[in-house]
Amino acid sequence: MKHLILSFAALILLALPARAEVDIEEVTSPGGITAWLVQEPSIPFTALHIRFRGGATLDREGKRGAMNLMTGLLEEGAGDLDARAFAREMESLAASFSYSVRDDALSIQARFLTENRDDAVALLRSSIKAPRFDPDAIDRVREQVLSGIRSDAVDPNEIATRTWRSMAFGDHPYGSALSGTEQSVTALTRADLLAAHGDIFAKDRMYVGAVGDITPEELGTLLDTLLGDLPETGAPMPEAAVVGIAGGITVVPMDVPQSVAVFGHAGIEQDDDDSFAARVLNQVLGGGGFQSRLTQEVRVERGLTYGVYSFLVPRDLAATYQGQVASANDRIAEAIDVIRAEWARAAAEGVTAEELEAAKTYMTGSYPLQFDGNGTIARIMVGMQMLGLPVDYIATRNEKVDAVTLEDVQRVAASLLDPDGLHFVVVGQPEGLSTGPLPN
Amino acid sequence: MSIWRSAFAASLTLWMATSAQADEQVSTFTLDNGMDVVVVQDTRAPVVTHMLWYRVGSADEPDGASGVAHFLEHLMFKATDNMETGEFSRVVAENGGRDNAFTSYDYTAYFQRVAADRLGLMMQMEADRMRNLALTAGDITSERGVIIEERNQRTENNPRALFGEQVAAAQYLNHGYAVPIIGWMHEMEELGMQDVMSFYEAHYAPNNTILIVAGDVTPDEVRTLAETHYGPIPANPAIAPRARTAEPPQIAERRVIYRDARVAQPYVSRSYLAPERDPGDQQAAAALTMLAEILGGGTTSFLTEKLQFDSQVAVYAGAFYRGVSLDDTTFDVVVLPSPGISLEEAEAAMDATLAEFIQTGVDPEQLERIKMQLRASQIYARDSASGVANRYGRALTSGLTVEDVQAWPDVLQAVTAEDIMAAAEMVLRKDTSVTGYLTRPESPEATQ
Repeated sequence: MKHLILSFAALILLALPARAEVDIEEVTSPGGITAWLVQEPSIPFTALHIRFRGGATLDREGKRGAMNLMTGLLEEGAGDLDARAFAREMESLAASFSYSVRDDALSIQARFLTENRDDAVALLRSSIKAPRFDPDAIDRVREQVLSGIRSDAVDPNEIATRTWRSMAFGDHPYGSALSGTEQSVTALTRADLLAAHGDIFAKDRMYVGAVGDITPEELGTLLDTLLGDLPETGAPMPEAAVVGIAGGITVVPMDVPQSVAVFGHAGIEQDDDDSFAARVLNQVLGGGGFQSRLTQEVRVERGLTYGVYSFLVPRDLAATYQGQVASANDRIAEAIDVIRAEWARAAAEGVTAEELEAAKTYMTGSYPLQFDGNGTIARIMVGMQMLGLPVDYIATRNEKVDAVTLEDVQRVAASLLDPDGLHFVVVGQPEGLSTGPLPN
Repeated sequence: MSIWRSAFAASLTLWMATSAQADEQVSTFTLDNGMDVVVVQDTRAPVVTHMLWYRVGSADEPDGASGVAHFLEHLMFKATDNMETGEFSRVVAENGGRDNAFTSYDYTAYFQRVAADRLGLMMQMEADRMRNLALTAGDITSERGVIIEERNQRTENNPRALFGEQVAAAQYLNHGYAVPIIGWMHEMEELGMQDVMSFYEAHYAPNNTILIVAGDVTPDEVRTLAETHYGPIPANPAIAPRARTAEPPQIAERRVIYRDARVAQPYVSRSYLAPERDPGDQQAAAALTMLAEILGGGTTSFLTEKLQFDSQVAVYAGAFYRGVSLDDTTFDVVVLPSPGISLEEAEAAMDATLAEFIQTGVDPEQLERIKMQLRASQIYARDSASGVANRYGRALTSGLTVEDVQAWPDVLQAVTAEDIMAAAEMVLRKDTSVTGYLTRPESPEATQ
């Protein structure tokens, strides 16, 4: 029967790219927890994605890195199980849990088999609700984090990103690395980790997506078991950040053959009316794929780089428009000139009708391709909830892209793109670059 | 928590993905011109992944032209007799698809992911560029700049990558695996039209390829489309099974010390020459796969237990084995010492732990947990049709057959503790190893 339906669909597909058919339902547990669910009973496992808003920006004053270290310890012992016993139990169940933290959210990704789902959920619950933070585990994971911090300190990509963010955001948490410094991480105590745990694990900032072999009723029970006894509220969210970086070039000298550059200026919020026009603009200017102007001009025409991209970064507390490129020390100056010129050309002229159509076709056509696998769909659904999007958003999203007009893009290009406001941070031994603010 | 594993663990995902799955719908056939075809059906979404794998990689390059396999891969996106430069990717994008390509020691692969009804168009374009590439001198110049920047980005700017090249070059005395896939810089700078076109003419033909289509498509549909688009291309009778130079027996342990001021976390690596998965003969590779997991596959593994928990000598320890390879591969161990522990001390602790493992043997409960995870991975793997496509592509370009791929899960489940110990004693021999130190330059204080 399914094949009959699909062959009918194929007739429509001749005219239209594939449409995402993701059947999302909103589930509310008996205890009042909501989650988005896609039932996919064909493979006997479930992928679960849970996110807690606030992430590493909730680090308390002077405790930079606490949320990151705390997150790293969630799988290092919980309830009656020490780190090794916890790992053995997870292996026996053939479940996998991973915990990560970013600027705006702490994420937990889990997948478990239908055949031992209850045991897997009990284990996952203990890691969220009752992590042990044993002193030996704290010391061990702290050393791993410090090792990573020391490596980041000599990584040109990390140095470029951190320098740019520090210049853009100053003392706001966005202005520093979420892993903290050697000094701040060394000073963290068990009490700091317990405080971080209490700050983030609360229902008022929680988002859940589930995809797989599970019914709404089963998911409801699971949600109450897993998350029902979390506190209602956590720490207040930090203030919004100001993007305080002016146009110019900053060089961080480092003895590497290839210079790495990170660039950008202020961006556009995700809920802005012009958000879709901005995304179409970025697709033309420096989005993924081979068609973008930056890739054509910097890579294909001139062979100056392996990769050049621009991307909109609408974080919760500040939006930026950023990009990156890497070129040999004697060629980075030319790459930067070309990027700034393309930025200026797009600001002045916008995009052509052909570019607009090509970008829209790509964005609408490739949209369904990203719903690729249970874990991915669960993650996407959590992201949608955090943006406050409706449960039927996927079916309507392409219409929003198609509705973008040439005038919309020209207007956004003129207001958003600021070639003189672009600040490039270059790590390496660049030749022929004049640093400092742009001359007027 | 293991922030370091991903830095070394290209092979972890390989390992988890190398088990074939129960219930996977795989069909195979061969076109008259010798092109092998694998179809993986997955009707959950109206999408297909179309992949063309060539049985040629960097280890098949002529002397002095290192990097040409990868350079050609880049140039395949330029003009043909029928398409303009860049048109291939533009058409894919205009159809809402994504495309890319990759090169390894043993294979070069091109793929597109696109709505299922665009499969014929993808085949038409892929078939076109198999025979009709039309490069200009300008293409060579500009794209050579791109691959040089790619090497700068991946390797020259990354001390771990530079170190890895040196270790591989020390491991192989007489085989192409000694040469980096991307090429040595001094040879990349000299690659020209002649190098590229002679490689293209020698290796790009239907009887040197495997077509893999995964997604919402039937084998009959694939056969019809493949016969239409690829069928007319004649086989190249000059294509013969790959005959590569073989390594002589390794009789001396080798050591590599690389010092770089950009190293923040020194480490010691040990790689042992090891057999790969061979057609109809995968038992030894299966035992080595299990051995890597038992020794250094995660929190409960032997090295981690001894070096991170019991003694805190290391901030990270791991073991890796890449069984899918046309020729002899390596079994690798890596230890990142804790602050205050020297590389010599870390190496001594690593060797003592390996010796202890040979004495202690396999923990039967750990072996059972690993087998349970492998069985589960067959279920999880069904979530990704493109993952299945990749698994077949790597295997079939590395000398294995569809039957080998499908037998692999059972071969793994049949591995016994005795098999694993026999594999350990066969492979963990210092005289077939390379020990590597990645460290900082000796400072004046350190030499005092």
